[in-house]
Amino acid sequence: MGLIVAEDVTKDYRMGDVAVKALKKITFSLAPGAFTAFIGPSGSGKTTLLNLIGCLDKPSAGRLTVADVDVSSLDRKQSAIFRGKNIGFIFQDFNLIPVLTVYENVEYPLLMVQNIPAPEREKRVTALLEAVGMLEQKGKYPDQISGGQKQRVAVARALVTNPKLVLADEPTANLDHKTAYLVIELMKKMRAEFKTTFIFSTHDQKVVSEAETIFTLEDGELVGTHGGANNA
Amino acid sequence: MANWSALTEVQTMRNLFKIAVRNLMRYKRRTLLTASLITIGVVFVLVFISVSGSFKNMMIGQITDSMIGHMQVHRKGYVASIENLPLNLNLKAGAIARLEDILDKQPELEAYSPRIKFGGMFSNFVETANIRLNGVYPDKELKSVPLLASRVTEGKKVLGKGEIWIPELLAKGMKVKVGDTVVVVATNKDGSVNGKQFIVSGVLESATGPGGRDGYIHIEDAMEVLRMDGKEISEFAIRLKDFGKLNSFNEKLSGLLSKELNQQGKPIFELHTWEKLSPFYNIARMIDVMTFFIKLMLIAIVLISIMNVMIMAVYERIREIGTIAAIGTLPGKILNMFLIEGLCLGVVGAVLGSIVGSALIFILNASKVTFNFGQQKGLILHANIYPYDIIVISATVIIVSVIASLQPAFKASRMEPIKALRHV
Repeated sequence: MGLIVAEDVTKDYRMGDVAVKALKKITFSLAPGAFTAFIGPSGSGKTTLLNLIGCLDKPSAGRLTVADVDVSSLDRKQSAIFRGKNIGFIFQDFNLIPVLTVYENVEYPLLMVQNIPAPEREKRVTALLEAVGMLEQKGKYPDQISGGQKQRVAVARALVTNPKLVLADEPTANLDHKTAYLVIELMKKMRAEFKTTFIFSTHDQKVVSEAETIFTLEDGELVGTHGGANNA
Repeated sequence: MANWSALTEVQTMRNLFKIAVRNLMRYKRRTLLTASLITIGVVFVLVFISVSGSFKNMMIGQITDSMIGHMQVHRKGYVASIENLPLNLNLKAGAIARLEDILDKQPELEAYSPRIKFGGMFSNFVETANIRLNGVYPDKELKSVPLLASRVTEGKKVLGKGEIWIPELLAKGMKVKVGDTVVVVATNKDGSVNGKQFIVSGVLESATGPGGRDGYIHIEDAMEVLRMDGKEISEFAIRLKDFGKLNSFNEKLSGLLSKELNQQGKPIFELHTWEKLSPFYNIARMIDVMTFFIKLMLIAIVLISIMNVMIMAVYERIREIGTIAAIGTLPGKILNMFLIEGLCLGVVGAVLGSIVGSALIFILNASKVTFNFGQQKGLILHANIYPYDIIVISATVIIVSVIASLQPAFKASRMEPIKALRHV
């Protein structure tokens, strides 16, 4: 059984008076531990698909299960609990909380989402900050560190809850090539260390080449697969 | 395990406060302006309450301590005709004895003073004017209305038999001085007229303004002028040890007096507090109404300023809200995060306002500001603010701050993370 199973997943939404078919009967499955990229031009449906997998949105039709849970069946609160327990997010713009230090940003999901006791929190946050090379910067605020450092902090925040799945929407879009490559290397290293499934969307060909499985989307349809995924 | 859970809850709450405070500090100027606005509002209300309360208490004190007493007992039906000073509605000896028996047993009483009130003609042998006279036992009267003596601006502050204290109005108008001989003529309840000479021993300034026409004579002189065969009393002025217990004692005494019935089985006495006997009660009520509206203004200031700030805060942080919602923060915690921001603003405004307001009141008292009330000149303002008022106003500000934050906080907590993350 896959960690993610999509069966004829469709997503429609309205943009003013225009009906948009963002995803058209997407079907695939992904095994735990995959390091997967969704690629395609802008408007192809990558972000929409990641939002559905991340339980931030619901499919209009079809069935999507993540960790054996049908995401359509979750209400607002259940979705939040499910995300907090199973999914880590890495955003294109890093989305660190500006009033919290590096340490506090990584600690946030443990304290505010998972209610982990202080000694365990400290152990996990310190280990992850060390793993992403940000331990010495732990007292700094997001506006005091570089973009690459922010994304490393974001990777640590996404992993600190030991999620089954990390979703990264264009994680390297705001980074230069060298830093982008380092972030992808870091994600791969973290995948190896924590056995977490990584799914990311990207335009960057160098980043794409690092993925083990690649899905290509065009106009909301899955048009190609490379690597070990099952595209039915 | 339960201990860990409780401890983590405390840490979560502490973290919410930390985030709220840091977010407030993030927009220092806006936070400072809003907190200042609330502070100014609290200061204004505290100073207004203390000054208006001081003026009100001073006014009530003047009315009750120099004229009316805290409450009065009359024969049933007397107050309805009080402007006529009806002698036929005086209390007779039997009723007086029963009433004095009841009053003597009340530990709440400081003193009471029986009075015979009647209207008469006042003459200096050249001119004649009407006068309203109070026949009193001077010692009892001065215990019941202790500021009366302070109203004697000329002459002796002790009233003896054969002497009269006359109102300043008559003294000036008829050019009567202390030591002059005057005549008081009055009609008794049988319709016959009698007169008696008095020596003016004091001139009284009015407690309530230029219209005062009350004079004072000894009660035995009053009985002589009115040719009373036995003891009769128009009213009993009562002074309590603690004015704050006026309402509770009023209820108690009303209960006791209602049991005193005449031969027809109807009540003999009627009891009224100063509020029912003086038009100045309406002024006191107006001050209360003004205070209420000032408090409403404070609530409006707090409500609008906090709501404005919180709406801005939510709008500016939509992407942050999306981020924390996406990573699994429950809507309730997002709600609390913004409520705590409003709460902190309210607490800062209330605390600063209370400190600055109290300091201003202290300075006002130290400055010994004076004001005039009626004929009373140079009364010193004693602006008092009680801890109860500070607590109530601070609590109101804090509660209103939280209420004002509710709508923006609800909006933040109900935001769809996907829409919030897309917000530019």
